[in-house]
Amino acid sequence: MERSVADFLAMGGYAPYVWSSYGAWCVVMLANLAGALGALKAAKARARRRFESAASDDGGERS
Amino acid sequence: MSGARDPVSLPSAAARVFGRECRLGVRRVGELLQPVTFFLMVTTLFPLALSPEPSLMRNIAPGVVWVGALLSSLLSLEGLFRADLDDGTLEQLVLAGQPLAGLVAAKVLAHWLLVGVPLVLAAPLAASSLSVPAAALPVLMLGLALGTGVIVFVGAVGAALTLAGRRGSVLLSLLVLPLVMPVLIFGARATDEAVRGDSAAGGLWLLLAMLILAVTLAPLAVAAAVRICLE
Amino acid sequence: MATWTWFHRLASPPHVYRISGAFLPWLALFTALFIGYGFYGGLVLAPPDYQQKDAFRIIYVHAPSAWLSMLAYVTVAVAAAVGLIWRMKVAHAVAASAAPIGASFTFLALLTGSLWGKPMWGTWWTWDARLTSELILLFLYLGYLALRGAFDDRARADQASAVLAIVGVVNIPIIHFSVVWWNSLHQGSTVMKLARPSMPGSMLWPLLSSLLGFTLLFAALLCVRLRAEIIDRERTASWLRPIVGAA
Repeated sequence: MERSVADFLAMGGYAPYVWSSYGAWCVVMLANLAGALGALKAAKARARRRFESAASDDGGERS
Repeated sequence: MSGARDPVSLPSAAARVFGRECRLGVRRVGELLQPVTFFLMVTTLFPLALSPEPSLMRNIAPGVVWVGALLSSLLSLEGLFRADLDDGTLEQLVLAGQPLAGLVAAKVLAHWLLVGVPLVLAAPLAASSLSVPAAALPVLMLGLALGTGVIVFVGAVGAALTLAGRRGSVLLSLLVLPLVMPVLIFGARATDEAVRGDSAAGGLWLLLAMLILAVTLAPLAVAAAVRICLE
Repeated sequence: MATWTWFHRLASPPHVYRISGAFLPWLALFTALFIGYGFYGGLVLAPPDYQQKDAFRIIYVHAPSAWLSMLAYVTVAVAAAVGLIWRMKVAHAVAASAAPIGASFTFLALLTGSLWGKPMWGTWWTWDARLTSELILLFLYLGYLALRGAFDDRARADQASAVLAIVGVVNIPIIHFSVVWWNSLHQGSTVMKLARPSMPGSMLWPLLSSLLGFTLLFAALLCVRLRAEIIDRERTASWLRPIVGAA
């Protein structure tokens, strides 16, 4: 059976509950994704800083 | 520690740990009474906060007494291993050449005795003041005796785990409370049945089953946690 | 012996870093496909439920979230046990990465359960056995994360939280049983009737697809977080140099 877009959005009167469930899913998953990618980026930046400070320490000892 | 020279069996080593713990507990009797005092104070809060009407009190009494007992025995666990860590006793236990789980089990058992017995004895006082009928008191006391055992053994895992971390006053409760919620459910339910004059056997058997599980498994986790802390 | 080489290679951080990166695009692709079909099928193709009408469509978010909340906890506990027994650093990294993701799915399961409960029960929160268990599970996650945060030393945090995760996973069946027992005595009838044993295919297939899609999504998020954990744990290992772009 085919439903109109308006019917689909109305969800038989349950629209607030259905759409806020799916909306909450989107928000939490986007936050999850941002958190994971942010953690990866931050970890890489930390590692790069470790390498750089290690390199400058070595340079300091040699000179 | 004279046990290091002549080989001792695990039971006698555990008995020594148990005896030492009891002696220390009796010496610090004021500290020992703190959980019971806290328990009696918490149960006094409810009539003040709600209303002293006997029928209402009788309905909420099982829950109030059990929540009070749960919180006060949890609070007593905070320092379970702290003093032993500071004075090196904990390290001696690890190096004693005995199964560490057996020794910590003896220690936790002693703590159960020191904290559980006063609570069980104080419970009738608190329950009667909440108009619990005298016929329900034996079930309440038996339930608390079993339930505090589970709380103390599971809580000891939390106490050992938080030993090496930064000191946070509520961290231990955060870890242990979700794990001991079944104790509260079974214990309060059994007491409630007894207050209503029904058979409370179901809840008590479940508490006993949980106690057996906790006494056999928790010392292994405590021993692992103590080793991690001292590594 | 050869069958165990894959297991031993899992102990090698560079190897795990590499394969998690290789899996990621495929996981992302299939996550999108399965969740896409699951949600489309659930929201559009499936007919309204004869009792719950369109409100039942929340199940396509709620049930997979609840499933993931448990799968993630078991993942944490199994990884923690492997880490403790074989002293495998990568396993501890898996446990550390899975916990926050699992907590977020637990939160979602609670939230969507509540959003479903409002039209069905007329209240945002009911002490229903499933919702209560899910709430206690969230407490377990929060305790685990709090314990992890209480240590400055990473190795200790790994081992202590591993013990807690194992104790927790032993307790979960007991907690669940006690909550069901408590609930049956107090309320009896308000069991969450979201899933029925005999669901027509048009409702069931999107649900299964959604379950699979969420699982893959968890795996994908886990891979990303795991890579971050591995970089942090490897400190200045030389294999990291080209990856982080250091000279």
